Amino acid sequence: MHILVCVKQVPDTKNAKLDPVTHTLDRRSTTAITNPDDTHAVEEAVRLKKRYGGTVSVLTMGPPQAVATMRHCVQLGADRGFMISDRAFAGADTLATSYALSQAIEKIAREYEPIDLVITGKMTIDGDTGQVGPGIARRLDIPPLTGILKVEEIDVEKKKIRVHRKIEGGYEILESTLPALITVDKSINKVSRASLPNMIRAARYQPVIWSVNDLEGIDRNQLGLKGSPTVVGRIFPPPKPTGGKKLEGPVENQVKELTEILLQRPEWIKKRA
Amino acid sequence: MEEKKRQRELEKQRIQELLAQYRGVWVFIEAKGSKVEPVSLELLGAGRTLADKLGVELAGILIGDQVEGLAPTLFAYGADLVYVVDAPIYHHYRTEPFMKAFLHVAEKYKPEIVLFGATTNGKDLASAVATDLKTGLTADTTILDINVEERLLEASRPAFGGNIMATILCKTNRPQMATVRPKVMKALEPDYSRQGRIIREEVDVKEEEIHTKIIDIILESNKKANLEEADIIVAGGKGLGDEKGFQLVHQLAEVLGAGVGATRDVVEAGWISHPHQIGQTGITVTPKIYIAIGISGAVQHIVGMQNSGMIIAINKDPNAPIFDVATYGIVGDAFEIVPKLIEELKTRLYGVVQHA
Ligand SMILES: Cc1cc2nc3c(=O)[nH]c(=O)nc-3n(C[C@H](O)[C@H](O)[C@H](O)COP(=O)(O)OP(=O)(O)OC[C@H]3O[C@@H](n4cnc5c(N)ncnc54)[C@H](O)[C@@H]3O)c2cc1C
Ligand SMILES: Cc1cc2nc3c(=O)[nH]c(=O)nc-3n(C[C@H](O)[C@H](O)[C@H](O)COP(=O)(O)OP(=O)(O)OC[C@H]3O[C@@H](n4cnc5c(N)ncnc54)[C@H](O)[C@@H]3O)c2cc1C
Repeated sequence: MHILVCVKQVPDTKNAKLDPVTHTLDRRSTTAITNPDDTHAVEEAVRLKKRYGGTVSVLTMGPPQAVATMRHCVQLGADRGFMISDRAFAGADTLATSYALSQAIEKIAREYEPIDLVITGKMTIDGDTGQVGPGIARRLDIPPLTGILKVEEIDVEKKKIRVHRKIEGGYEILESTLPALITVDKSINKVSRASLPNMIRAARYQPVIWSVNDLEGIDRNQLGLKGSPTVVGRIFPPPKPTGGKKLEGPVENQVKELTEILLQRPEWIKKRA
Repeated sequence: MEEKKRQRELEKQRIQELLAQYRGVWVFIEAKGSKVEPVSLELLGAGRTLADKLGVELAGILIGDQVEGLAPTLFAYGADLVYVVDAPIYHHYRTEPFMKAFLHVAEKYKPEIVLFGATTNGKDLASAVATDLKTGLTADTTILDINVEERLLEASRPAFGGNIMATILCKTNRPQMATVRPKVMKALEPDYSRQGRIIREEVDVKEEEIHTKIIDIILESNKKANLEEADIIVAGGKGLGDEKGFQLVHQLAEVLGAGVGATRDVVEAGWISHPHQIGQTGITVTPKIYIAIGISGAVQHIVGMQNSGMIIAINKDPNAPIFDVATYGIVGDAFEIVPKLIEELKTRLYGVVQHA
């Protein structure tokens, strides 16, 4: 089985600082990390490889420093990494991103081995759209299975996969033919610690790096800014709601006042029997 | 030079003519059984405003098995017409058949704007169809506006953990598509005397062509915190110190028959489970009353509760940002105030005699 995982290097928004004037991300203040959902995607691929055999490839589109993310994936147990890196990809929205990635996936399938399963994270912590996974699936014309909580079983012979997909209020058990694409929820697994051999291998690992010229037959009009129908028109701080009244006086009075406020509409209170 | 300029003009004209073929505002209607999802009704409300400003019709697109009966509800909530694709193959939501049905209708009638609820299935479908229509899709919109001259949808969404808002535009492609967060738009007051047109469409999809099958659906209603339905929510934050301190929230909620909410920091500390988390990475709630205790009011939390009817904040720091959204604020120690509040409420509600 050949599993391909898409991973993105993202700024760590948890520690990100914003420029108070321009309200844009101050990139110097952030460290780049592997998108959290994607580490779970790699982990799941490695677990499936343990169960069913095969190869785990990882693919990223990003600037040269994304090599660090490729190495991180090797630490997590990926067998090999591919990077597409070129100015031509810059400024891509999800339509252009899924196009570029799907072109690279087709090349990998052609030149290495056919792909049975594509795994992506459910969403990133920077762009945060969750649109790239289904986009890739449509480009490859394979079924998109989004928000997967569990891979129950794969039938390698019959090329079938059975998964649990999150829905509002529960989950559904879904069966699909392979090849398919799944996007995974963080809760699908716990990411294991890197083993020593993987860490050693990762330290020197060099992924295959392709520029736009290496992707034969690609349509440049569908890449980067040019291929992106969406544009960011304007950036502004979140609307600041205006506060109301602060209660004053001794605590006892405040508590009494608040009680009156809460009792204004008794029908909202569900009294215990 | 002249030649280049002329070509650019021609190209602009070509795009304008192409865009002019698209008219009307659509809302993808999600229905479960015989019930329309609240977000779809909210989007009809938002879509009505857009359609009126543009001077076009508002349509609902309804795909399902025996769903035509829902059309009057959609008219009541603002739709002028409803496209219905009704067949057993659409009994459960699956990407492939829904996508095929949607594409069929969209390619035939060419809407200029389509709104989807940012729900599990709404996002799934929108992402798939936008790719095939080769158009832009704005994710998780919380503010919708329109530039009437250019007929341009201005969809704004939180970015970088909610620290900024970005307005996303789709200038050269149609339809302009967006997924919209549940509970941020307002549904209209239903008017059941409103009438509309139904347009039925048959789409050629066969079960054999579909790659996925639903084997089972497992609902875990007991796992849900059911905060979506609560009239009152009492929520607690890190300011309560520890799991034991957080019991104050449960006690107050008990007296009021309220739901219990929490911040992400509280959930990560393990004081309560994730279904209770309110905010950007948790759930969005709109109770009549939201009581925030020991919650600082980070933007990621605010986005999940700011549309509550009344917000009451109890925090010992007078500068805590939660007071910026609170209808009533109490500056003080929760461990002093909340027990007193519980006693007062018990006395008033249950007639329990106060201890000396
Ligand atoms: C403020 C802001 C708002 C934006 N809003 C929108 C918007 O509304 N609509 C829109 O179309 N674009 C939007 N974009 C652009 C969008 O962020 C980029 O297209 C981005 O490259 C991919 O989207 P994402 O990060 O949301 O990915 P998601 O769809 O959230 O990612 C899902 C998964 O896809 C895979 N993946 C995503 N990107 C890559 C990659 N580069 N390499 C390998 N795998 C990857 C990963 O497995 C990831 O877990 C916005 C950008 C900014 C800065
Ligand atoms: C990408 C991203 C997503 C996030 N998603 C969410 C989300 O969905 N939901 C969410 O809630 N957060 C989310 N966060 C986290 C958010 O940024 C804040 O860290 C979090 O909301 C803070 O929780 P808190 O208010 O409980 O704690 P704190 O910020 O530590 O605030 C505690 C407050 O309690 C007050 N206090 C202390 N002692 C007392 C006392 N005795 N009596 C009264 N008041 C007291 C303090 O003055 C303080 O204001 C997210 C963050 C990121 C980066």
